[in-house]
Amino acid sequence: MSSNEKFHHALVVDDNKCIRCTHCIKTCPTEAIRMVNGKVEIREERCVDCGQCMRVCPHKAISIEQDDLVQIENYRFKVLLIPSVFIGQFPYAYTEDQIYRSLLKLGFTHVYEVEQPIEVLKTLIRREIRENKSNLPVISSFCPAVVRLIRIKYPAFTEQIMRVKAPHDLVAHYILENFKKQGVSPDDVGFFYVTPCAAKITAVKSPIGEEVSIINGVINSNHLYNKAMSVIEKVDELDVEPFKKELTKEGIQWSLTHGETWWQRAKTISVDGIHNAIRFLERMENGQVSGFDFLELRACDRSCAGGVLLSQNRFLVVERLKMRARLYPASSVKMEAEGYGRFSGLEPLAVTDEIKPRPLMLYGSDTFKALEKMERARNIMCHLPGIDCAACGAPTCRALAEDMVNGLAKMSDCIFIQQQWQNQGKVSPQKAFQKMEKKWGENRFDPDCTKKGAKDESF
Amino acid sequence: MVKLRYEIEGGNFDLAGGASSQVKKVLKQLNIDPVLIKKIVVAMYEGEVNIVAHAYKGQIEVQIFPDRVEMKLTDEGPGIPDVEAAMKEGFSTASQRVREMGFGAGMGLPNMKKNTDELRIETEVGKGTTLIMTKYLAYE
Repeated sequence: MSSNEKFHHALVVDDNKCIRCTHCIKTCPTEAIRMVNGKVEIREERCVDCGQCMRVCPHKAISIEQDDLVQIENYRFKVLLIPSVFIGQFPYAYTEDQIYRSLLKLGFTHVYEVEQPIEVLKTLIRREIRENKSNLPVISSFCPAVVRLIRIKYPAFTEQIMRVKAPHDLVAHYILENFKKQGVSPDDVGFFYVTPCAAKITAVKSPIGEEVSIINGVINSNHLYNKAMSVIEKVDELDVEPFKKELTKEGIQWSLTHGETWWQRAKTISVDGIHNAIRFLERMENGQVSGFDFLELRACDRSCAGGVLLSQNRFLVVERLKMRARLYPASSVKMEAEGYGRFSGLEPLAVTDEIKPRPLMLYGSDTFKALEKMERARNIMCHLPGIDCAACGAPTCRALAEDMVNGLAKMSDCIFIQQQWQNQGKVSPQKAFQKMEKKWGENRFDPDCTKKGAKDESF
Repeated sequence: MVKLRYEIEGGNFDLAGGASSQVKKVLKQLNIDPVLIKKIVVAMYEGEVNIVAHAYKGQIEVQIFPDRVEMKLTDEGPGIPDVEAAMKEGFSTASQRVREMGFGAGMGLPNMKKNTDELRIETEVGKGTTLIMTKYLAYE
């Protein structure tokens, strides 16, 4: 995949629901969001699909695209792939077998948790650390939002990212190989992945480091949870054990913080939360972090348990998975009993192509011109108030200055400057108001009782 | 030309490295070779830590030109009595307290020299030190 490829994005803003409140603009870790002509605009080249914007939106105006469940009918074998954290969404009263059965009732022929042939990932991680002694730490490729973050903001670390596919890809290959052995044509098998977050959707729709994903459709976790809850029953008749044959302690906890590190002997560190990950990468770039062999970075707090498409409390999810993990064998024990042979064919399928950096150049790639623009932006900063109110539609005064020198914003976008100009008689109050209306959209200044803390909170 | 200026407080190790980190972010935005950025930042970090570890206060001025980066680090402090000795790897006058914090290994000036193209030292015992470092940016 070339470094010029277009990033696919899963996040969609509903202009009718959006009240233009700037929460998303201010929280975005890559400053990818702006207000333009009364609409929220996500700058594609900057967005890493971490979903922070969706999390903070008070009006649920940001959503995530998903594939229609109807399309499972196109396949004879309808394979549902769920992340382990999905099990953690259900009330404790339901056993995991009952959860599996409810999903089969929705029309799927097979249900697998994705974190299954985990010994393959463990083997590849150990090997990568061993073979890359000169370029440590190896950085996990598990969290797609982090991989994108590194590609755009820390391009120099890109080559340290593990070239290994995500568990959902790997398990799909494993299942497909088994289908083939039974004489089933691959065309008859459809894989549907239940995603806990936006980034994983994007990873399926425009995978980094491989041509096309093996996954045929993506289902929003919340959506499926609601469907499953409507059919779930407390009866135990169907045997779902075959679907869980390769589940291990490590697998169940893989997507939690420390999931890729707790079983390692190498020197590892785990960081969760995208702002924490950024701070850690900055430190590492400053040369203030050394001696680590492996780095696990996850965009969400508590990793996938805190996925933006999950509704259950993340701490409870972690607890449930930890309790479950106790009941399953360690993968090393399983390997000793059953051998690694049945997985060895998977290794080549688990490796991705090269992951290329895609540095985000605020002022363009020409150093000479960039220097000139930066100088101008720094001069502009002397005039801006520095309170980062986002009333201009940019997250910070600095971002506004950057936009200005790139021809994407004007000095008059700043409400402080506007006030000053009015005071100095440089602009009429009418003209100033018109500018605000243009930025924030007509009617934005009319009273509206549909908002948090007002009369109608029913959005 | 972009000019940056940072005040450095002596003895405040919490903030040591903050200015270098800021300069790194600026250089990254200018699409400068990461290898050069690393060298500039390492040199500046050493100088910054030196001010924190030895001086009462100081300031760093960074000027970014299309072809070079100049860093001027000025401090009010004890000065360097023997510059030649201070240029040797492992030579350190850092206090025990500073060493316990993981600084003062005697690599400061040698690292600055190694990572820049020009290093000029003006120092007066009992008054302070001024370091001027220049790194040239090679273009293809």
